[in-house]
Amino acid sequence: MLIEVILLFCIVVVGTAGELCVTRAMKIIGEAKELHPVALMGTVARAFRVGWMWLGFAMMALAYFALLGMLARANVSYVIPLTSLSYVVGALGGRWFLGENVTHRRWIGVLLVCAGVVLVYFGKG
Amino acid sequence: MKVAADLRFKTYLFLSMLVVFGPVGDLLMSKGMRAIGTAPSWAPAALLHYGFRVFSSPIVWLGTLAMIGFFISYTTVLTWADYSYVQPASALTYGVVALLGHYILGETVTPLRAFGIAVVCIGVMIIGNTSPRTTEPADAH
Repeated sequence: MLIEVILLFCIVVVGTAGELCVTRAMKIIGEAKELHPVALMGTVARAFRVGWMWLGFAMMALAYFALLGMLARANVSYVIPLTSLSYVVGALGGRWFLGENVTHRRWIGVLLVCAGVVLVYFGKG
Repeated sequence: MKVAADLRFKTYLFLSMLVVFGPVGDLLMSKGMRAIGTAPSWAPAALLHYGFRVFSSPIVWLGTLAMIGFFISYTTVLTWADYSYVQPASALTYGVVALLGHYILGETVTPLRAFGIAVVCIGVMIIGNTSPRTTEPADAH
């Protein structure tokens, strides 16, 4: 049970934290003004000069392996709906780590997306 | 006013790209790898031959391109839009997966799944009505 809690923590919290770190790296390099595909690849390449990008990737990799470990231990019908909690963690992280203004309206949207993802999963034929 | 409209337009554009590229990449990779099958053994020569078969598959290459498109769209939109806006909006991929599964693979979309997709879409519409960016933009390089 403890190992499953740790794995779930890694999937939901560490994985989302990794995406938040990637977001911070993208914010540091600044808004992409040139939307030409070659320019966009350059923008993404520049992000790899920022430490947050590498930290984010490391955390996302850890979350990926935790997901594999969790799927080896528990039914996918138990694991996947729980991962929708990452939307809540993402909104909290956006608020506290990135200083975003998560309004009541955005929270309602986030909670509906969470509920919808759970329904989509349970509705698989 | 025009700046806000431009911001919203390009956010929608890149969100549309990522919700298409992601599931299309998954679908192509899945089709490509299923056609190739699993590695016959772990012997180095067999793995080398298997690797050659994987990388000579046009479907796998198309899937890889779609996944690169997804990654570039996702990271680019995050240079200006909030993470708390982009992350839940990207859940629209569930709807695209269901559409692709239904129209390309002939899968059945159950009423519960359709309801779930509708709930996701309503959630994304509500989020879409908030401002895509609520923080000060950093200077572009």
